[in-house]
Amino acid sequence: MASGVAAWLPFARAAAIGWMPVANMPMPIAPTEKNKRADELIVLNVSGRRFETWRNTLDRYPDTLLGSSEKEFFYNEETKEYFFDRDADVFRAVLNFYRTGKLHYPRSECITSYDEELSFFGIIPEIIGDCCYEEYKDRRRENQERLMDDDEDKKDAKLPNMTFRETMWRAFENPHTSTMALVFYYVTGFFIAISVLTNVVETVPCGATPNTKEVTCGDRYTVAFFCMDTACVLIFTVEYLMRLFAAPSRYRFMRSVMSIIDVVAILPYYIGLVMTDNEDVSGAFVTLRVFRVFRIFKFSRHSQGLRILGYTLKSCASELGFLLFSLTMAIIIFATVMFYAEKGSTSSKFTSIPASFWYTIVTMTTLGYGDMVPKTIAGKIFGSICSLSGVLVIALPVPVIVSNFSRIYHQNQRADKRRAQKMQKARLARIRISKTGSSNAFLHSKRNGLFSEALELTSSIEEEQHLSKNQSLLESQHHHLLHCLEKTTNHEFADELCYEQSYLEGALQSYPSQSPSLSSQEGMTGTCCTRHTKRNHAPLPNSSIPTCALSHTHPHHNLQELSTIHIQPLNTSRSSLNMRVDEPARLNCQSGTITTAIISIPTPPATTPESDAHPPPPGPALQNVVKVSAL
Amino acid sequence: FLPFPGLSSFPSLPLLSQTESSDCELELSTVRHQPEGLQQLQAQTQFTRKELQSLYRGFKNECPSGLVDEETFKTIYSQFFPQGDATTYAHFLFNAFDMDRNGSIRFEDFVIGLSVLLRGSETEKLQWAFNLYDINRDGCITKEEMLAIMTSIYDMMGRYTSPSVRDDDPSEHVDKFFQKMDRNRDGVVTIDEFIETCQKDEDIMASIKLFENVI
Repeated sequence: MASGVAAWLPFARAAAIGWMPVANMPMPIAPTEKNKRADELIVLNVSGRRFETWRNTLDRYPDTLLGSSEKEFFYNEETKEYFFDRDADVFRAVLNFYRTGKLHYPRSECITSYDEELSFFGIIPEIIGDCCYEEYKDRRRENQERLMDDDEDKKDAKLPNMTFRETMWRAFENPHTSTMALVFYYVTGFFIAISVLTNVVETVPCGATPNTKEVTCGDRYTVAFFCMDTACVLIFTVEYLMRLFAAPSRYRFMRSVMSIIDVVAILPYYIGLVMTDNEDVSGAFVTLRVFRVFRIFKFSRHSQGLRILGYTLKSCASELGFLLFSLTMAIIIFATVMFYAEKGSTSSKFTSIPASFWYTIVTMTTLGYGDMVPKTIAGKIFGSICSLSGVLVIALPVPVIVSNFSRIYHQNQRADKRRAQKMQKARLARIRISKTGSSNAFLHSKRNGLFSEALELTSSIEEEQHLSKNQSLLESQHHHLLHCLEKTTNHEFADELCYEQSYLEGALQSYPSQSPSLSSQEGMTGTCCTRHTKRNHAPLPNSSIPTCALSHTHPHHNLQELSTIHIQPLNTSRSSLNMRVDEPARLNCQSGTITTAIISIPTPPATTPESDAHPPPPGPALQNVVKVSAL
Repeated sequence: FLPFPGLSSFPSLPLLSQTESSDCELELSTVRHQPEGLQQLQAQTQFTRKELQSLYRGFKNECPSGLVDEETFKTIYSQFFPQGDATTYAHFLFNAFDMDRNGSIRFEDFVIGLSVLLRGSETEKLQWAFNLYDINRDGCITKEEMLAIMTSIYDMMGRYTSPSVRDDDPSEHVDKFFQKMDRNRDGVVTIDEFIETCQKDEDIMASIKLFENVI
């Protein structure tokens, strides 16, 4: 429970008097404070710096070191204070957590020392407040990266049990692992360069023979170039096949960007091989050669910067999209305007709106080739507006892209972002669990609560202490308050799943008659009990008599209890001595071992719907309860 | 019924911001309240000095300004009932504590209310409960008022209960209540009927004593 509201618990409990006249059922007994003492100051001496606080402040979080009895280990008898040999500056943040309920991360502290202090005092870092959480996570991530970098340097030693396939894959991914990998890396790089160079040189006009026109080098030395190309493609094919073989997940590898680039780089050659000397498709064949230029993208395996550039463009997709969209809008507007403005002038180059697109683009990007110029005055005016606005439209999204690139380049990470998102989800889940833990804790403690209540009556103190030691006084008071509310409304809190179960069973139960016969009761409970043991059939009919008379139907509980038995917490929803009759039955199903003890249930008096019958004589009932708890 | 002399509240700052709203861009903090001295509170309530001190520490921690407004009150109270919606009941509770109906609970209101609840006589406690139910303070509880209170109590249980709360559960409960309390069957419950009936019911008297050792 939050620290602040812990102070208001007495108020909430006192205000519960407002429910009392309305309630129809007697209230449960309040938990008593065994050794109630007045609030006192305690002194915490941390490396010589003395902190003082109220004992109650520390008791707010009983699962930490300072809130539990663990701090007694540090008690110094002579000076009557608790001495901790830890960092006093970080302790300030720890103590403030108890006082305010919020944990802050002091920026001047080293992240590892802070983590160590938190784990010493038993505080989970996930509860750091939102104000400091981002900073904390960033620092932590940097630290982990540093550790990872250190680890990677150590990872060069080959693990002994790697298969040949795994070794190959590692060699491909990280060329520095072995000399073979390095050689392979450089050889492929060299051949990529060669291939790109040949593609380029192929089109250069080489010297002409005197009586024919200029020919390109490619046409002059056809065979040589063909051999070069073949060699490169062979190397690339072999490389691709080897990567495919070594990949741990072939399907994923085939879908990856790099492998698509590889395929696109070598495919034109093979297609060309297949389709030679066919006049119709030779035009298409020539086009295919264009795709050979994609080989240059194979360099991105060799260059980290290229990969980051590609990643930046991908991550700035929205800004790029915006840029494109706004440019398109502006182009269309200005092209239309220019076309109509120049329509009047003679021999105008602005023959149509699409023809004006070219002018607009050239002007807006401030290129200004000058092949199309406006001649009319209106055209010139709009032309100047066009070039001015072009600067603006382009200048706006570009810095965003630039800053993105630099950010990514420095930070270096898509994997980290994904990891951070997962951690954020995990953190929120953890906080939510600890918060809803209170409601679950109540349901969970009701079972213990019944046992301890029963034991209180039989005054067996040791067992009671044993059962309730996990619950702080604050928690037990809070649970008592919720208990009183249950009594007031004559309903009980249930787990979500149990609620759905009971809802379903409610739908089922509506078909049989309102006063279920013994057989139907048996049937219902029979199904649930068959899960555990069949021995439980015998005692159940005894308990079924009064159930329908009461305002809530108990067979629900049987079913839902069993079906949710694997889900924690168990919703053993009987907690009043009045409803005692069903407890043994339910607990029966739950434990599956009680048999004969239950048969001795006395038939309870027919309870009226108001359920304000006083509890039947406690004797035999108590026996039952005690017996159950003894199991 | 608290006289004003002991108060030192500062309402001037919000007035300032209203008149010079165009110039004042900063939102200055609103009213602050200091409670009466310990002596006076000791005289007005049944708490000891130490108890008052510890109560005030908790109060001040949660509400540094010294006043609890309705929203804060609802938030605090809702934290005790995570499964349901406690805001409506908190609203009624707030009105029960805020005796001069000025929209905020001061420490004096808080502590006087607590004193009645924890240290008051049985009659005083029953009177307090009656005031809680009597929403419009007209001296009698009508069925509508009781239904509102009952619905708010059932709301605190939330959706996930076993058995699930049916829509007419609150009104059934109200009918039972009126059957018990309304002696002369005139459709309203007056304070005398209420106190008389409660005093005759042992369960209610026992449960009222339940929280005596809360502080």
